[in-house]
Amino acid sequence: MTRIAAIAVFWTCLLAVLYLLRRQRNVAFWPLLALSAILLFNLFFTPHFYNLEMRGGHLYGVPIDIINHASKVAVLSLGMTLVIGAGGIDLSVGAVMAIAGATMAHLNIEAGMAPGYCILAALATGLLAGMWNGFLVAIMEIPPMVATIILMVSGRGVAQLITSGQIINFNNPVLNFIGNGFILIPFPFILTLVVFGVTYGVTRGTALGFMIEAVGDNEVAARRAGLSAKTIKFLVYVFAGLCAAVAGLVHTSNIRSADANNIGLYLELDAIMAVVIGGTAMTGGRLYLASSVIGAILIQALTTTMYAKDVSPVVAPVPKALVILAVCLLQSERVRRYLADRPNRAQGRGNE
Amino acid sequence: MRQEPLLTMRGIEKSFPGVRALKDVDFTLRSGQIHALMGENGAGKSTLIKVLTGVYPRDGGDMAMEGTRIFPSSPRDAEKFGISTVYQEVNLIPHLTVAENICLGREDRAAGIIRWKKVRERARKALARLELDDGIDVEAQLSDCSIAVQQMVAIARALDIDAKVLILDEPTSSLDEAESDELFSIMARLKKRGMGIIFVTHFLDQVYRVSDAITVLRNGQLVGEYSAAELPRLELVARMMGKRAEEVKRLEKRAAVTTKSGRKTVISVRRLARKGSINPIDFDLNEGEVLGLAGLLGSGRSETAEVLFGVDAADAGEIEIDGRATKVDSPAKAMRLGFGMLTEDRKYSGIIPNLSIKENIILAMQAKLGPLKKIPPRQANEIADGFIKALDIRTPSREQLVKNLSGGNQQKVIIARWLAIHPRLLILDEPTRGIDVGTRAEIEELIRKLRDEGMSLLLISSELDEVVRNSQRVLVLRDRNKIAELAGEDISEQRILHTIAQ
Ligand SMILES: Nc1ncnc2c1ncn2[C@@H]1O[C@H](COP(=O)(O)OP(=O)(O)O)[C@@H](O)[C@H]1O
Ligand SMILES: [Mg+2]
Repeated sequence: MTRIAAIAVFWTCLLAVLYLLRRQRNVAFWPLLALSAILLFNLFFTPHFYNLEMRGGHLYGVPIDIINHASKVAVLSLGMTLVIGAGGIDLSVGAVMAIAGATMAHLNIEAGMAPGYCILAALATGLLAGMWNGFLVAIMEIPPMVATIILMVSGRGVAQLITSGQIINFNNPVLNFIGNGFILIPFPFILTLVVFGVTYGVTRGTALGFMIEAVGDNEVAARRAGLSAKTIKFLVYVFAGLCAAVAGLVHTSNIRSADANNIGLYLELDAIMAVVIGGTAMTGGRLYLASSVIGAILIQALTTTMYAKDVSPVVAPVPKALVILAVCLLQSERVRRYLADRPNRAQGRGNE
Repeated sequence: MRQEPLLTMRGIEKSFPGVRALKDVDFTLRSGQIHALMGENGAGKSTLIKVLTGVYPRDGGDMAMEGTRIFPSSPRDAEKFGISTVYQEVNLIPHLTVAENICLGREDRAAGIIRWKKVRERARKALARLELDDGIDVEAQLSDCSIAVQQMVAIARALDIDAKVLILDEPTSSLDEAESDELFSIMARLKKRGMGIIFVTHFLDQVYRVSDAITVLRNGQLVGEYSAAELPRLELVARMMGKRAEEVKRLEKRAAVTTKSGRKTVISVRRLARKGSINPIDFDLNEGEVLGLAGLLGSGRSETAEVLFGVDAADAGEIEIDGRATKVDSPAKAMRLGFGMLTEDRKYSGIIPNLSIKENIILAMQAKLGPLKKIPPRQANEIADGFIKALDIRTPSREQLVKNLSGGNQQKVIIARWLAIHPRLLILDEPTRGIDVGTRAEIEELIRKLRDEGMSLLLISSELDEVVRNSQRVLVLRDRNKIAELAGEDISEQRILHTIAQ
């Protein structure tokens, strides 16, 4: 009985948020609408989907799994939003995750360092990787796609070097906690909220967000207005590298081993997809941070739903792609203009 | 009795969020008529044309070609009704050849394979009808051709589809005089064949040279349709501006020369040069004075300004400010020294199109403050509202995206961006390019006001009369060299032309 009441309260809140977003023409409306559709589907067709349980002070349930598993991509997508907003792209974040994970595991197991130092060192590798990308794009002026493919391809090699080609297993309570811990809700999602808070604070608490948007929308004009486009572009890659390191720690900790070949594999694509679903234009400009996180959760919700419905993993990408395509189309100005004008068109034809 | 009109538009309505761009507009085009569409920036000219060519669906009203109602859904669709358009930015594909561009979408095919020989043949024929066949190589890549040739190609495309209506939106703004003449003679020929031509331009001379009829729009409404022969120039300008004729006369008057000798020099430029851009040049910029730069296109006017503002760093010479020599190697540096620069190409290097008016206005100010000192939202709103009011920027709100403003209003936003940092030197490169008469007068007023408040200004304009009217001193440039400096009473159009021609 209380569960039904809780579900009713949840849906009322969700619909209210949707209504408000729609009224403000907020871009987060579309990904949230799609997410709601999936939740609605599950309400009717997936038994136990909404069953949340408290066990030992931890919250368990399918929705909790979704936000837990979405965390890696959500963190990546926050850094990626800044990069894409500044008119760039970072294809190397998956490989950087592997480097960060390898560093953490290697220092803990082979060098016997304390977990705190392992984590700091891993974050430093992300920082370094971001600086490398930033250097190539901002200083050497290599097109972002090309510049970041270099690290995307070579990064896993670097990670293999660090682990000497081995899969390093570890078992340290602190390191395990990053990807598996709970503080009521899963720690990876708490990390996501923290990274979101930091990203939001850094971009909106200062003028950096505005400057990124200006550079991404018209770099030439931004430079003529006295902005240092180089510095800004450099910084967004550094930030994306840092986010990738955080995501790498989560992933590595989650499987308790540094597997250089598989950590973060293809996640750069999911991150880019989350950003696009969120409504940030691939050509740069406005940043939509919260919307990107919703995009990441949407991708994970689709995947989880497919598992729950026993859709064969072979065909699962197809329905997933269709939903993503639909959201991307709705985000496109052109399609939206067409839909908005449809009544007029129909009228026009009718008069003919 | 007059023949039945070729094209009629009746009661056309079109709204954008927050803007009613067209209100009950009528427009009538007859065959064999050149019809000028006039109005200030933002009057709705481009919108009317876009409605006609199916870029935007109309909200209301009727359109008919030779009595048949039409509902074009895209420019391509409009071509099917015989309506062909040459936009200001040539809308062809630069990497294709001339022939491909003329026949694009209607290539001759055999079994699905394009027959290139046929295509080239057809392209030549279309150019021949313009008597241009020997001047233009149909196999040349379009991007290698001059803007003038590109426009001719666009017109040839119109001929190839047997268009009955040809629309030219600001066709001459990037053409030199000879090229414009060529265009006008082509227009005359097309007119003789019975084509109806809609012509949008800011140049009054050209309107009177070629048009038969003039339709004037103002704030999205029809002011009236006139016969060109019966509408005096002053009257036309007055109607476009919604002002009385006497008022117009006053605005066009030359500024009184107020130079007092011994004004304080703010900036001295000494032997400033950059290879391939400008040869060593000297000049002073004084407090409360406008220094004009005159010269033909390519004489080094914009290049001088860009080196001064650090867009392209100088490789020799120096800039002396308050008696101290400095190097300006980036716009950021120039800004810290108190320079501002309105660039020549608004779209390319001026506006941030997808950001709001407010954000565009505070951009330079924020850049100067650095990323950590964010301008508080309240203050940003006040600054934006202040400039929207002071410069009379026409917009429903400060949150409107700049790309949705008309050219003149965009220009004002960028001027506001620079005024917000209280520069001591403001460089204005073509401040009135592509802008209607009314806004032009307002910008000239503003230049005078800033000068009187003690600002130093550097003014570049292709319109000689504008330089003459507004400058206290004029540098004349030729082939990247300064060839003369005129002051006070010596400044006149004749004198400048004479100097250049020497
Ligand atoms: N796509 C658009 N969205 C919103 N407003 C627009 C759009 N296009 C034009 N406008 C507005 O409509 C009015 C008319 O613009 P336009 O037709 O471009 O004027 P003109 O070509 O006469 O200078 C202006 O106020 C302009 O800001
Ligand atoms: Mg226009």
